[in-house]
Amino acid sequence: MNTVLDRLNFALHHAMETDERVTILGEDILDPYGGAFKVTRGLSTKFPMRVLTTPISEAAIVGVANGMALRGLRPVVEIMFGDFITLIADQLVNHASKFRWMYNDQVRVPVVVRAPMGGRRGYGPTHSQSLEKMFLGVPGLKVVAPNSLGDPAELLAAAIADDDPVLFVEHKLLYTRPLLEPGKGDLIEFQVEKTGDAYPAFMLRPADSARLTIACYGYNFEYARAAALDLLMEHEIFVEIVLFSQLSPFDLEPVFSSLARTRKLLTVEEGTLSLGWGAEVAARAVERMDGLRIRRVAALDLPVANAKSLEDAILPSVQDIINAALSLVL
Amino acid sequence: MDNKFSLYKTMLLIRRFEERLLSEFSTGKLVGTTHAYTGQEADAAGIFSVTKPEDVVFSNHRCHGHFLAYGGEPYRLAAELMGRATGLVGGRGGSQHIHWRNFYSNGIQGGIVPVATGMALAEKIRATGKITLVFIGDGTLGEGALYESLNIAALWKLPILLVLEDNRYAQTTPVEKGVAGSMSGRFAAFGIPVWERDTTDVLDIQSAAEETVRAVRSGAGPACLILHTYRFSAHSKGDDPRLPDELARIRQYDPLTVHGARLTAEECTKAESEVTAVINDAFRRAEADPFPMLSPEH
Repeated sequence: MNTVLDRLNFALHHAMETDERVTILGEDILDPYGGAFKVTRGLSTKFPMRVLTTPISEAAIVGVANGMALRGLRPVVEIMFGDFITLIADQLVNHASKFRWMYNDQVRVPVVVRAPMGGRRGYGPTHSQSLEKMFLGVPGLKVVAPNSLGDPAELLAAAIADDDPVLFVEHKLLYTRPLLEPGKGDLIEFQVEKTGDAYPAFMLRPADSARLTIACYGYNFEYARAAALDLLMEHEIFVEIVLFSQLSPFDLEPVFSSLARTRKLLTVEEGTLSLGWGAEVAARAVERMDGLRIRRVAALDLPVANAKSLEDAILPSVQDIINAALSLVL
Repeated sequence: MDNKFSLYKTMLLIRRFEERLLSEFSTGKLVGTTHAYTGQEADAAGIFSVTKPEDVVFSNHRCHGHFLAYGGEPYRLAAELMGRATGLVGGRGGSQHIHWRNFYSNGIQGGIVPVATGMALAEKIRATGKITLVFIGDGTLGEGALYESLNIAALWKLPILLVLEDNRYAQTTPVEKGVAGSMSGRFAAFGIPVWERDTTDVLDIQSAAEETVRAVRSGAGPACLILHTYRFSAHSKGDDPRLPDELARIRQYDPLTVHGARLTAEECTKAESEVTAVINDAFRRAEADPFPMLSPEH
């Protein structure tokens, strides 16, 4: 069975086989170790000259990738833990995302920065965060997150083929997840449609008319789906789910069309609540249509603790989603 | 063209361009800010006399001198500084964010160095034979990204020449208050060979640059050229804490005077009139050009 990890690894192999401009950089990515989460395994054996293991220098690695991209290559950088993207902020904000526009469209910066994010593995405050919200709304930078429904290989291939910089956010718990197939397993309750974009959004519609819309991305789709099934089985509440692959720039049409039916929005993310992705989704929704009811489910505004009891209390749970949904519809 | 005359003319072009620029601020034709290269002209003139047109250059906030010595068109630079659609980057970048052919600049201290390092890596991977030059200053020595890049450039033997122009002040902060220890020792610690000159004589700089460029082009890895120089004008426009005595004293190192002594009066006059014509034409044409407008699709 294909897991998300298998598909990401396949995408990197395929990109290197089919495009000699693709170069991989990162810390500890050489075989036999193959990267902290094994996404790069096998690559250095097959392409020893194009897989570069680097010193612990996140800012320089991404800067180097920016320079390579400006000079015609297609670098893919692995940041070992997404928490470390604070170290590459200057390179993403003042370099990668700026060059094309500030040089009057005379250059392209096809850089992909992959970053494993997220908690629930007991790694503590600096190795468990979901920091992607800090990079949403940066002009010129796309933020993309795979999930278990779309093919992560297609998504990563699209990012590598993109002429603009992409921050590719991979939730650590997603790696071992098998890919879902529409019409099978717990998806049997939903009709699944997707947009035609390179980084598609997925619309999951239940058999009967839904009473609320859940907007989510990445690993939290697993929680949203579990909550939706519980709401259906235990409370006979039908839910539509809109699952995004592209977080920024914001194209929220799929949410708007769902809200036209349900008028109730629940956003789910693992980053901290304040000033997050859900806040922007909510703001744009109320700018678009009147009379909406909205709730956001996200992490508490605290660091992610190490102890499981604390971590579970801080990060959003399936029950949090169910409770928020019930508060919207009841 | 005769080497001596050519170097002088390049330096004079930079000097007169920067002087014209500073004077145009008071006329209201220029907005924003600028970082004049006056006093440092010998660095750019010497270095770009020994590079190849296809080499890659990453410059910083004080990039006009580098750009003009690289062979960039004064008119396109003037138009950019005046915020015209015909500017190097259509008015989007302004003084410190320009791009033309293989010349790039950005206004972030330190952050440009890893980017230039990646450019050198790309040229090495593609075996183009091009070298990459990156211009830093004494102030850049405070930035961590520099040292990450030196480590990588040395580890991977990248064809990059780091040009450190020490003009003795980081904005208003003198080197004594901003740089501990040895400048050259920073590079030596990574095994990067250093050429160091304390001079504003363009011929000395040219010969040192020739050696460093040859070393980098040989494929041996990165090299560093440290040039101790003097900045005659303020960091940007009005931020100069130096006393008149000091400003007068450093004028004795004026690279135009130092090198001009080797030219005849006729040659100096010829250079002056040619440069004046080019600059007048550049600013006159730029001034007549339209301002850029934001398109509906940006």
